[in-house]
Amino acid sequence: MKKTVEVSIAIAEAVKNCEPDVVACYPITPSTHIAETLAKFYADGELKSFIATESEFASISAICGASAAGGRAFSATSSQGLALMHEVVYAAAGMRLPIVMVVGNRALSAPLNIWCDQQDSVAERDSGWIQLYCESAQEGVDTAIQAFKIAESTLLPVMVGVDGFYLTHTVEQVEVPTVEEVRKFLPKFQPKVKLDPENPISMGEYATPEYYQGFREDVHRDQLAAKSRIVEVDKEFEQVFGRSHGGLAQGYRLEDADYVFAGMGSVIGNAKEVVDELRAKGKKVGVLKIRSLRPFPGEEVRKLLEGKKHVAIFEKSYSLGSFAPVYADVINSLYPLRKRPVVSSFIGGLGGKDVPTKTVHEVFKMIKKREPLEIWI
Amino acid sequence: MIEIKFWGRGGQGAVTAAELLAVAVSMGGKSSQAFPFFGVERRGAPVKSFCLVDDKPIRIHQIVYEPDHVVILDASLIGRPDILEGFKKKGTVIVNTSKPKSQIKLKVKNLFVVDATGIALKNLGRPIVNTAMLGAFIKATGIVPLESVKEAIKERFPAPLAEKNIKAIEECYNGTK
Repeated sequence: MKKTVEVSIAIAEAVKNCEPDVVACYPITPSTHIAETLAKFYADGELKSFIATESEFASISAICGASAAGGRAFSATSSQGLALMHEVVYAAAGMRLPIVMVVGNRALSAPLNIWCDQQDSVAERDSGWIQLYCESAQEGVDTAIQAFKIAESTLLPVMVGVDGFYLTHTVEQVEVPTVEEVRKFLPKFQPKVKLDPENPISMGEYATPEYYQGFREDVHRDQLAAKSRIVEVDKEFEQVFGRSHGGLAQGYRLEDADYVFAGMGSVIGNAKEVVDELRAKGKKVGVLKIRSLRPFPGEEVRKLLEGKKHVAIFEKSYSLGSFAPVYADVINSLYPLRKRPVVSSFIGGLGGKDVPTKTVHEVFKMIKKREPLEIWI
Repeated sequence: MIEIKFWGRGGQGAVTAAELLAVAVSMGGKSSQAFPFFGVERRGAPVKSFCLVDDKPIRIHQIVYEPDHVVILDASLIGRPDILEGFKKKGTVIVNTSKPKSQIKLKVKNLFVVDATGIALKNLGRPIVNTAMLGAFIKATGIVPLESVKEAIKERFPAPLAEKNIKAIEECYNGTK
């Protein structure tokens, strides 16, 4: 049954229904209501454990420990909280701990700002974590559930990006699967390796130059191998719940489109709205939603964009001094094509700057020509 | 799509008003979305919140620029130059005030007034006017049945508090001019 609820609360309920063994969060700003709601579930006896830590560094350290000991573990954070976790974010991927974290995407200081953008998680994109970005409230709820299955079957941690405020603080209609329903989709976590006093092992050991690079390469190869798993899990989810969210990347009215709006997160909904308006006027325009930033679906993006005239990428982060991150990945993916579409980069929505449908319409006017643009909108 | 903007001051419940309206709308089978204008809310500071209503699922996530209806929970905000920014002329403005309509300095065709503060103080003992103003909003616009709002209130608040709020809503509904 659909209910009308704040998205953070719905995500917390979905996480609770995945029956995690350990949840650890730093519960105040910049955290969202996800942490607060999970703490309440614990207080009400509906969650096995909730550790209110003294910092985000401690949160991720706690769930790494829990995961290493064989538990299903979760945390949620945003912005500076994720930045504070940075050191352990890399460790979690290197130790192959299948933890799940929902990031309410928010800007990083300075200047101090609490609003939406994706700089926080994009800054962690090279850590080895799988990163999925959500377009809607329902996708946030469903992807949080899918994330446990993806993580536990690939032994890679999964970060789920939901746009701060635009999704985390918005009240809308969502369906939250019950515990019984989630059980039909998500099997119990059975770790292949775990810390066990009966059979002692070490994790995250010292690796000399001879070995270290090999471990990093393994994570990379397994990231690429996880591409098919992300697609499969989305299909398995659809079989149980009747909803899917586009696997790695998904087109909307894209097949015969000449012009394309691309991006990640809630801006995709705005772009779809504009595409329907422009299609009604006979304009050949579509949307490419990038759901998985890591692993990046290079081949899929190439297939979906081949033959298009102009692709406008909406970006809520930037690699200062270089290029916008999604743009750079798309450009790399298109390079093998003989005839490549023109690709333009529209950087908008940093620190909560609104990217409404009006702006998407303006961008459409700007991409009529065949000259690539980089514009901070 | 119908776009509604709530203006209030931190502590008056503008954010909750939009949320309760979104819940009430969804009970009637329509789609809705409510969200605060993302500010650093402090008690007494101006606060904006929004509610969207549509027959089909809502995909957009953005600020409301051209509201169909504006609900002003605190009449002291009327002097702001942006109070009716983007307002669609055919829409409705509802103001919480004890003054008569003729003394409200807003050039609006469909203007409604109600003393929601007086009604909230009487029924709730506190000047939290959000729920009461929903009664006025429904009277003025008819967007959702009064019953749906009452249901939303019952879902949100424990029984004795829900009853008090419902009384305030009914009184506001009847007192809106």
